[in-house]
Amino acid sequence: MIEVKNLHKSFGNAHILKGITTTFEKGKTNLIIGQSGSGKTVFLKCLLGLFDYEQGSIAYDGKIFSKLSEDEKRNIRAEIGMVFQGSALFDSMTIAENVMFPLKMFTKQSKSEMEDRVDFVLKRVNLDDAHNKMPSEASGGMQKRVAIARAIVNKPKYLFCDEPNSGLDPRTSIVIDNLIQEITEEYQITTVINSHDMNSVMEIGEKIVFLKLGLKEWEGSKHTIFKTDNTSVTDFVYSSNLFKKVRRMYLEDNV
Amino acid sequence: MTYLKNIGAYFLMTAEMFRKPTKWSVMKQLILKDIDDLIIGSLGIVSFIAFFVGGVVTIQTALNIDSPLIPKYLVGFATRQSVILEFAPTFISIIMAGKVGSFITSSIGTMRVTEQIDALEVMGINSLNYLVFPKFIALLLYPFVISIAMFLGILGGMAACIYGGYSTLADYVTGIQTEFETFHIIYAFIKTFVFAIILATIPSYYGYYMKGGALEVGKASTTSFVWTSVVIILLNYLLTDMMLG
Repeated sequence: MIEVKNLHKSFGNAHILKGITTTFEKGKTNLIIGQSGSGKTVFLKCLLGLFDYEQGSIAYDGKIFSKLSEDEKRNIRAEIGMVFQGSALFDSMTIAENVMFPLKMFTKQSKSEMEDRVDFVLKRVNLDDAHNKMPSEASGGMQKRVAIARAIVNKPKYLFCDEPNSGLDPRTSIVIDNLIQEITEEYQITTVINSHDMNSVMEIGEKIVFLKLGLKEWEGSKHTIFKTDNTSVTDFVYSSNLFKKVRRMYLEDNV
Repeated sequence: MTYLKNIGAYFLMTAEMFRKPTKWSVMKQLILKDIDDLIIGSLGIVSFIAFFVGGVVTIQTALNIDSPLIPKYLVGFATRQSVILEFAPTFISIIMAGKVGSFITSSIGTMRVTEQIDALEVMGINSLNYLVFPKFIALLLYPFVISIAMFLGILGGMAACIYGGYSTLADYVTGIQTEFETFHIIYAFIKTFVFAIILATIPSYYGYYMKGGALEVGKASTTSFVWTSVVIILLNYLLTDMMLG
């Protein structure tokens, strides 16, 4: 579980995060949504420790990150898996080497043990025959799956995904969403996803945090988001006619 | 102010590079790969340039000596001095700033743009140690490249001298042996060692701290080449003044 309390972050005079307090629960897919410029990426980078913040705290299973020693921080980071928006695979390595990388860096496993683990996770993301391909030879959906495999190979406790569906077709997006949700439940990971994709919100949003101009405007789940009367949320989530209809049908069915 | 900020950030980067080392088994592979990319991969172009520029230095020297009072072995002597003191350590380093420096800046810059450096940081890896330190160690072999450039420069001069008919082999060999000072070699290698550090760190700095997209990677490579060359030329002046002046 990740607990965030009163998080403030500024760049010069621009106050980006204005006191965010929320909790991301273990074994659930937690989504951060909001318009462009709402502070989602900055929030995610603060959670990852890539940005320092002026005020507030982030606790990983009760351990407040900013109060930890460098070694303790390193231990927490070794328990984090991250799927970047552009996958961020290392171009000089094959797909298998990319997935093996965290094992080589952080474990003392033998080569055969590492190879077995890589085979297992690549199979888990349905990429059992892509070991020797270079990232440039893989499609966008494959690259995302490799990024997920790399993120989970070292059995992380926390999984972060920055817009995992960006640039993917709707069918592949659903595959990626389902994969993330299955992995989250299977390994009881605390998963935090930064997303623009309303399909993801409706499908896998077990907890949803809506940001607006650096403030937490609303939080709930894929069920409560249909019922909310918060106009900021409804204007954002139900901006298309399709989603307006979906909402109307849901409310009619659930009267 | 910006210059001071950059200089400060450069020294902080250099210090950070030595902190929190990467696992030795991984680092060993990175160093070997960088030796291959930066040192072995440069031998071809360095050899080609050194051989022909050595030849040109000889021809220019021979053509400018038209007095019968000047001994013919001076062609070999002048070639040796030019090649060992300036051409090999400094001129080759400027070429390396273009070849190796641009490669370092663009490869690290691309990793920055595509979030690969963020991926390393998220994993808790000291990305500066992982990316820059192996290049720093690989370029400690740079004096080896320069010694090859020295040898081939003098050899190129000899070939031009003999086949162009500017002097005899005996005169040329006498020239390259005349008033040889070991300290000149030491001076040249001290310069080379300093330039190797510059070649590893300044391009890394511009790649690591670049912001933006693909266009900025190109701009960062150009800026890195300009500043690496400027620093090499300035340090060349200072070291020459300190050691030979």
